[in-house]
Amino acid sequence: MSDPKITVIKPKKFFSFNDLKEVWQARELLYFFTWRDLKVRYKQTAIGVSWAILQPMTTMVIFSIFFGYFAKMPSDNIPYPIFVYTGLLVWQFFSSSLTDASNSLVANQGMLTKIYFPRLILPISVIVTKLADFLIASVILIGLMIYFQYTPNLLGLLILPLLILISFILALGTGLILASINVKYRDIRYALPFVIQLMLYVTPVIYPASILGKYSYLLAINPMTGVIKAAQAAILGNAPINWMLLGISAGISIILLVIGFIYFKRAEKYFADII
Amino acid sequence: METVIKVKNLGKKYDISHMKGGYISLREVLANVMRHPFAFLKHKIKKAAGLVKKEEFWALKDVNFEIQKGEVVGIIGSNGAGKSTLLKILSQITTPTEGEVEIKGRVGSLLEVGTGFNAELTGRENIFLNGAILGMSKNEIAQKFDQIVEFSGVEKFIDTPVKRYSSGMYVRLAFAVAAHMEPDILIIDEVLAVGDTEFQKKCLGKMDEISQKEGRTVLFVSHNLSVIESLCKRCILLEQGMVKEIGETKNIIDRYTKNMHNIPNPNTRSFPANLETGPKITKVSLLNQEDKIQNVFIPNQKIRLKLEIQPSKSNNKDYSIVWFISNAREQLLAVSSSVIFNKKFYESQGRFAICEINPQALIPGGYFFRIILHVPGEENFDDWKNCLHFEIVNHDINNSGYSYPYIWSAAKIFLENKWL
Repeated sequence: MSDPKITVIKPKKFFSFNDLKEVWQARELLYFFTWRDLKVRYKQTAIGVSWAILQPMTTMVIFSIFFGYFAKMPSDNIPYPIFVYTGLLVWQFFSSSLTDASNSLVANQGMLTKIYFPRLILPISVIVTKLADFLIASVILIGLMIYFQYTPNLLGLLILPLLILISFILALGTGLILASINVKYRDIRYALPFVIQLMLYVTPVIYPASILGKYSYLLAINPMTGVIKAAQAAILGNAPINWMLLGISAGISIILLVIGFIYFKRAEKYFADII
Repeated sequence: METVIKVKNLGKKYDISHMKGGYISLREVLANVMRHPFAFLKHKIKKAAGLVKKEEFWALKDVNFEIQKGEVVGIIGSNGAGKSTLLKILSQITTPTEGEVEIKGRVGSLLEVGTGFNAELTGRENIFLNGAILGMSKNEIAQKFDQIVEFSGVEKFIDTPVKRYSSGMYVRLAFAVAAHMEPDILIIDEVLAVGDTEFQKKCLGKMDEISQKEGRTVLFVSHNLSVIESLCKRCILLEQGMVKEIGETKNIIDRYTKNMHNIPNPNTRSFPANLETGPKITKVSLLNQEDKIQNVFIPNQKIRLKLEIQPSKSNNKDYSIVWFISNAREQLLAVSSSVIFNKKFYESQGRFAICEINPQALIPGGYFFRIILHVPGEENFDDWKNCLHFEIVNHDINNSGYSYPYIWSAAKIFLENKWL
């Protein structure tokens, strides 16, 4: 032991860049938590990983039957299943990430009170887990395109990583705030699924933004609108990418991430005491 | 000597007003809201505005100490003295309210065996997961994997989900991972209270090895004073959140057991002059067979209970003395009365009474005396609850190399027995 690490423990006031460094140093733990979540989730289930596909697919089928077939919802001349699935894919990645991130601290309370590790790892790792689900569920979209003999805008696919990154940041930022509040007030657990369900209806997933005509700006109250519209535009080419809207989404996401990070760090000191 | 832990004016304050709330049932809350909706709202608003006075509780206050490299230090104190809070601050689980701690080197803390173990995962998978949670790198775990498995003794079941493990196997595997984390400073809380005797010995051996051969620093909390005594040279005694004393383990343990629960030995009390109703006890003490005051006994050492009784002024009937022994969980374990020995005490005679008790049936732990003076079938003259406290220490009475294993402490008594 030539140069021992010196740790100073004292009352915490503000966050520092050390906190980020700490998360980076604990990246292996991030990997293990993600690995654990993926591994455990489908143990002792009969159809295993198929659940990751089944959920978005069933939703897509139901939506296609009721909104697409019976209600004749317009979809900018794209086969409705493909249209709705594109939006659902991104939306479900975001909403399930947000839900799980918000519950991540409470779900691991046993660990929080017994051992130290950078707490930020917990919400981050659940979102990384959701990313894996997203990739698995994406296979269905490819299948749908083959079935409907639909040629996607291949160039547009290049923008997808950026869209996922924005969704990731938005889910993490919001998740950090909600997870911290959830430690103190468990109301979050009950309110969140309800709010997320409502938000789905102010996001152009089931219907194209175009049906709102000049009122389509109303959808901008949901930061995910810009991302989902961009995803539809990029993959399906139904409209040019609205860079301004996407830029606003990205801006809001980054602001929320900064707020979330600061709030989480400030709340962190009492997690173990009151959880 | 190099100082590896420096604790300066450490304090931790808890706000206990909202902790109380957690125990009210939802039904009660709802009923309360329905009955007094405005009062509820007013209270909530006041609370949100910070107008409700907070109830504060200092779990730790002005704690100062230093620990040198390679030391094994025990932390003792009664429940609520702040031991766990101190360990939680040192392991960075919770932050202090004031003061600071400077730690040199990598800290491994073991406040619970198997933190983060996942029941669905196999033994192998849990070794990696738990190792990572304890702060080991993947390579480190892979390198020590075989050693960990060997130490745990669960080779055969390493690819079985741990939910199918017996609790013993589970604990062995969990401790094995922790024992191999090789931090510079190891912080351990009462984790040896689990596992079978043989495994406990193995763990203690490992801890000895960690400190002696590898020169690591160990901070250790336990209620098992004999383990503390055998492992730690130095001890910190905490009392009500403050460091009462730091020093050589033997002295500290002596002092601790004497002060335990603040029941003095001998214990005295004075009465208002009214002794009309009957005799009263004024002083009780516990002595050894040499008639010296003693609080800590080994199981085959006789305890002498000595009473000083103030006589009654009016009557002169004969009465009996009853003693009760209960454990720290307030379970009554033994009772006896002078009446079954035909021993008579007379109300008008002040006197000493001495009873010799063989505590062999008591397992290691703390015990309390209650003493009653009465005429059988009539009202009690005196009833002194928790008037004395004594401790039975873990001791190898048969020189077998084994003392009473901690795991047996779920039992309440020990019967004398012999293998023929």
